[in-house]
Amino acid sequence: MSAAVESRLASAPTRRIALSRLAALRRGNRQLMVGLVVMLAIVLFGLLGPLVVDVKGARVGSAMPDQPPSVAYPLGTDSVGRQILPAIVAGTPLTLRIGLIAGTIGLGVGVAFGLIAGYFGGFWDTVLRGAADVFLTVPSLLVLVVIASTMRGAVDITTEALVVSALAWMSPTRTVRSQVLSMRERTYVHVSKLSGMSGVEIIVRELMPNLLPYLAASFVGAVATAILASIGLEALGLGPQNEPTLGMTIYWALYYTSVVRGLVWWWASPIAMIILIFFGLFLISAGLDEVANPRIRRAP
Amino acid sequence: MLVSQAAERYTGPRRGRKVRASYLIGRVGVFFAVIWAAATINFAIPRLSPANPVREALLQAVSAGGVQTGSWEEVVKAYEARFGLDQPLWVQYLRYLGDLVRFDFGQSISMFPTRVIDMILIALPWTMVLLTVSTVFAFALGTVLGALMAWQKSPQWMRIFVAPVLTLSAVPYYLLGLILIYLLAFTARLFPIGGGFAIGTTPTLDASFLVEALRHSILPAVSILLAQMGGWALAMRGMMVTTQGEDYMTFGEMKGLKDWRLFLRYALRNAVLPQATSLALVLGHVASGALLVEVVFGYPGVGTLLYQAIRTFDYFVIYGVSFMVVVTLGLTTLFLDLLLPRLDPRITYRRS
Repeated sequence: MSAAVESRLASAPTRRIALSRLAALRRGNRQLMVGLVVMLAIVLFGLLGPLVVDVKGARVGSAMPDQPPSVAYPLGTDSVGRQILPAIVAGTPLTLRIGLIAGTIGLGVGVAFGLIAGYFGGFWDTVLRGAADVFLTVPSLLVLVVIASTMRGAVDITTEALVVSALAWMSPTRTVRSQVLSMRERTYVHVSKLSGMSGVEIIVRELMPNLLPYLAASFVGAVATAILASIGLEALGLGPQNEPTLGMTIYWALYYTSVVRGLVWWWASPIAMIILIFFGLFLISAGLDEVANPRIRRAP
Repeated sequence: MLVSQAAERYTGPRRGRKVRASYLIGRVGVFFAVIWAAATINFAIPRLSPANPVREALLQAVSAGGVQTGSWEEVVKAYEARFGLDQPLWVQYLRYLGDLVRFDFGQSISMFPTRVIDMILIALPWTMVLLTVSTVFAFALGTVLGALMAWQKSPQWMRIFVAPVLTLSAVPYYLLGLILIYLLAFTARLFPIGGGFAIGTTPTLDASFLVEALRHSILPAVSILLAQMGGWALAMRGMMVTTQGEDYMTFGEMKGLKDWRLFLRYALRNAVLPQATSLALVLGHVASGALLVEVVFGYPGVGTLLYQAIRTFDYFVIYGVSFMVVVTLGLTTLFLDLLLPRLDPRITYRRS
C-alpha cells in the first residue's frame, strides 16, 4: 500500500471530525455572537442613553407620581415622582458595574485558588476545594444578607460589589482546579518541568494560555452570579438606597405594591432589562462553553 | 453551569458498592464545616462592624417606640446577657456556639419577647413544602423535557421548546413570580394575589384550610418550577447527547429494541443519574431564589420572615433565619449525597 493511500485512509475520519468540529464551533459562535451583540447593545444603551435622556429625571420628585407612559414620560413615573426611563438608563450601567467589579474579583480569587489547589495539590487542595464546596452549599444570598444588613445604610455601589464578590469565587475555583488537574499530567507540562521551569513559571507560561477559554466562560458566569446576587440583595432592600440600580427600582416597585395597583410600566421595565442582561450573558457563556468544552459540542 | 458541575460529579467506573467509611466521615465532616462556617460568620460579622448594629437597632427601636410589649430595659438586659459583652471574645464565642447547639437564637427585637426559634418554626414548614414540591416537579419535568429535546427520534416540534426553556432559565425566579402575579392573579384573577392562606383564617389542619393554602401556593410554586426547569432541561440535554453516542445504545438498537424502551431504559436511565447527583449541588442556589419568591408573594415562609426582619432591623431574626436555613439545607444535601450514589453503581464514594 502506498503512503498516499495510507494517509488518505487515516485522514478520512479525521477530516470528518474536523468538519463537524468546525460546524459546532460556528454554532457555538452564533450563540456567542448573538450574546455579544445583546450585551454590546445594553452597554451602548447605558453609555449613549444619558445623551438622549436627562438622567436627572431618575430623582425623586422630578415628575408627577404614578403617571402611565406618555410622550413626556416615555416609560411612566413611579409613586414618588421618579421617571422610569431615566432610572433604567442610569441604573443599567450601575448594575453592570456591580457585576463587572464582583465578577473580576471573583474570577481573580477563583483563578488563584484553582491554580494553587490544582497544581500543588495535597494540603492546599484539601483546604481550598473544601472551602469552595462548603460555600457552594450555603445559600449565598443569606450570607450576603447577614453582611449587608449589618452594614445598614452604608452601602454604595462599590461596597455592594465587594460584598457580592465575597461569594463569587467558588465556581471559578472549581472550574480552574478541575482543568488544571487534567492539564497537569500532559506531556508539555512534564517537558517544562524537566527543562527546569519552576512551578509558578509553568502555571503562568504553560497552563494559563490553555485555560483562557475556560477563564472567559468562568468570568461571564461569575458576572451573571454577581448580578443575580446584587439584584436579590436590592430586592430585599439592602442595596444603595439613593442609586437607581435595576434591583433598587424593583425594590421600590415592590415596596409601593405596584403590581396590584396595575402600574405595569414601573416593574415591567427593569424586569425586561434584567432578563435581557441575563439572556445575553447566558448566550455568551453557552457559546464559550461550546467552544471550550468538546464534551457538549455534539448537542443538536 | 449545571452541565459542567454534573460532569465533574461523575467520577467514572467505581469499585466497591458499599459506602466507604472514609467517605461517610468526610461527608459528615463537610456538613459540620458548613454549619460551623455559617455560625462563625453570624458571630463575626456584627463584631467586625465599627458600630454594633444590634445595639443601634435596639436604640432605634426604643426611641421609635417600636418595642411592642415589655419595657425596653428588659430588651437591653436580654441583649447584654445574650452577647455577654463584658466577657473575653473566646468566652463570647463558646457561649454563642453553645446557644446555637440548643437552637437558642434569642428573642426578636420587633416582636419582643417572642423567641426567634418559635417564629422560625412557624415559617419553616411553609418554605420546606413549597421548595420540596416545586423542586421535585421541576427536576422531573425538566429532566424529561431535556431528554426529549436531545432524543434523535423526537418529533421535530420538540425542538421549539429549546428557545423558551433557554429564556426561562435566564430569568430570576422571583421576577417570573411578579410577571405571573400580574398575568394570572391581577389581570385574570385566577389565583389569590399573595399570602399563604385566606385573610382572617388561622392555620389549622382541616380540609378547607388546606385547599385554601394550596390555592395560595400554586403561583409561587409555579414560578420556582418554571424558572428552575430550564436549568434541568439544559443539563439533561447535554447529558443525553453524550449518552446517545455510547456503544450500548448502538447495541440496543441492533437488538431491535422498541424506541420507547431504548429511550427510557437505555438513554434516560443512564443520563439521569449524574443529573440527580448535581441536585445536591444546586440546592443552595435554588433556596436563595425561592426565598425571594416568598417575598414577592408575601408567602408566610422564612423568606418573608427574613424580609420583615430586614425592614425592622431585627438582627436576631436575620441571624437565626440564615443559620436555620443553612442547617436545613445542609442536612438535605447530606441526605442526598449519601442516598443518591446508591442509585448509581458507576459513582465512587471516594472523592476524586
